[in-house]
Amino acid sequence: MSELLLPPEHRYAKRIAAQLNEDGSELSILNLGPTHPATHGIFQNILLMDGERILEAEPTIGYIHRAFEKIAENRPFYQITPLTDRMNYCSSPINNMGWWMTLEKLLDIEVPKRAQYLRVIVMELARITDHIICNSILGVDTGAYTGFLYVFQFREKVYEIYEEICGARLTTNMGRIGGFERDWSPKAFELLNTFLEEFPAAWKEFENLFERNRIFIDRTVNVGAITAEQAMAYGFTGPNLRAAGVDYDVRVSQPYSSYEDFDFIIPVGKSGDTYDRFCVRNAEVWESLSIIRQALAKMPEGNDFHADVPDYYLPPKEDVYHNMESLIYHFKIVMGEVPVPVAEVYHPVEGGNGELGFYLVTDGSRTPYRLHFRRPCFIYYQAYPEMIKGALLSDAIVILSSLNVIAGELDA
Amino acid sequence: MALETIQIQDKLTETFGSTVSDFNQEKDIFSFEVAADNITAVILFLKNDPLLRFHFLTDLCGIHYPDNDVDHQFAVVYHLHNWYENKRIKIKAYINGENPEIKTISNIFLSTNWMERETYDFYGINFIGHPQLKRILNMDEMISFPMRKEFPMEDSGRTDKDDRFFGRTTDNY
Repeated sequence: MSELLLPPEHRYAKRIAAQLNEDGSELSILNLGPTHPATHGIFQNILLMDGERILEAEPTIGYIHRAFEKIAENRPFYQITPLTDRMNYCSSPINNMGWWMTLEKLLDIEVPKRAQYLRVIVMELARITDHIICNSILGVDTGAYTGFLYVFQFREKVYEIYEEICGARLTTNMGRIGGFERDWSPKAFELLNTFLEEFPAAWKEFENLFERNRIFIDRTVNVGAITAEQAMAYGFTGPNLRAAGVDYDVRVSQPYSSYEDFDFIIPVGKSGDTYDRFCVRNAEVWESLSIIRQALAKMPEGNDFHADVPDYYLPPKEDVYHNMESLIYHFKIVMGEVPVPVAEVYHPVEGGNGELGFYLVTDGSRTPYRLHFRRPCFIYYQAYPEMIKGALLSDAIVILSSLNVIAGELDA
Repeated sequence: MALETIQIQDKLTETFGSTVSDFNQEKDIFSFEVAADNITAVILFLKNDPLLRFHFLTDLCGIHYPDNDVDHQFAVVYHLHNWYENKRIKIKAYINGENPEIKTISNIFLSTNWMERETYDFYGINFIGHPQLKRILNMDEMISFPMRKEFPMEDSGRTDKDDRFFGRTTDNY
């Protein structure tokens, strides 16, 4: 059977030939993915199995590779935001803001405090939606569909807030160099307040459904555990690393967008297993809610929503029609003809899954000379074969969804 | 005591002499260049030295500079991070354009396994000693290295996107 699937020199074929079990059974190969509903994205893993146990795994990635880095080298800076949306599409505002902050670092632009706070709010909302998806889908994979349906309506509520801010829902393309494209409407704040009132009760109930659930605990505790040393060697960041007990968070170690003004804790786990990853994400949602409340409470007066940088920030449309200066700036910005220094910057933000970094090299032209995305999913997914070694097939599914590997970010 | 950039610089020049060069502070990141032959030694030193402790590799990627002289046509960029002191550094190693190769560091940092594969995939940089250097995001049958600058993204015969109209030359990458 196996020679139909694999050339005889393949390491699996060799291992199958070498190992015959006493009862006459032999090792088998299972093709998990690329498009299986349980893998939540296009991942292929060729598994070598002994019955239900996984002995080895070989991941194949790149099924939705879209060459974003190459495209970015051929686009003016403001046209790169839609590309960043499509990496981690569960929390695209974080990607958008990370990209704008990279440019602001390059151009030394100081963003007004109010705009920074608005950014913090939208980034934390994005983190909440990211964790809603990860944790509720983890529930689905362990057989609990109700919790998923229950909290998923709140993702919808968050999308309505995005819609009010920027007009889009999933791939938001939100913001501009120096701030937002328009001020947040009163309706946006109204929706945000309703969300802050209604969501905590639902999230509490979601937690209650799972945290002491016998079936859930049996399925997740000690499943896919990774030690802190291993996790760091594999380049883990974000909730998956914190579940292993390392309190590294970019928001604290290198505060951006005024995160230093807010009081929050970094939840950490202990064993780095699936259950700890679930709990860390749960706890992070509470911290995010607290950050949003603090940001709303501390929000500076006024209506600053962008920095005063006419070279980079599009003028109001009505001025473009009536004012020569504005027309010129508008034309130059749209054509990408903005002054850009020759420099190299690296800017990290805490994405939904870890440190999302933008390494930008410019040569003074209207496009980046080189733009590299440090995509946390891509880096930690390489530990997956190691994590599922010796696990059951059903555990492999649970581990994959608890790692929250997003295909768009994995393949870029 | 915070780790000062001058300490990093002194320590490295003391150990590696002139193979580490061009120290400068770029925005918030301290960066320098390393001769490609020495890259594994420098990274191992940075990781294990009790003072420096750059124990986390954040990022690895390649850059193509076709206009440079032949020995500097590719660069591999390493971002290291010391979480104890919260210090980031960036290391650049230039390599030859005709025969781009550099030693792997995947035995020092496990996480670079796929990052090196990605760099190989897009730039054709050969990481000597890598356990499984094959394409990762593109298909195995592909023969080109698409992130090299000589590969245009779009049909180069298009006239509606001519940069000359905006005061730039056509070989503006």
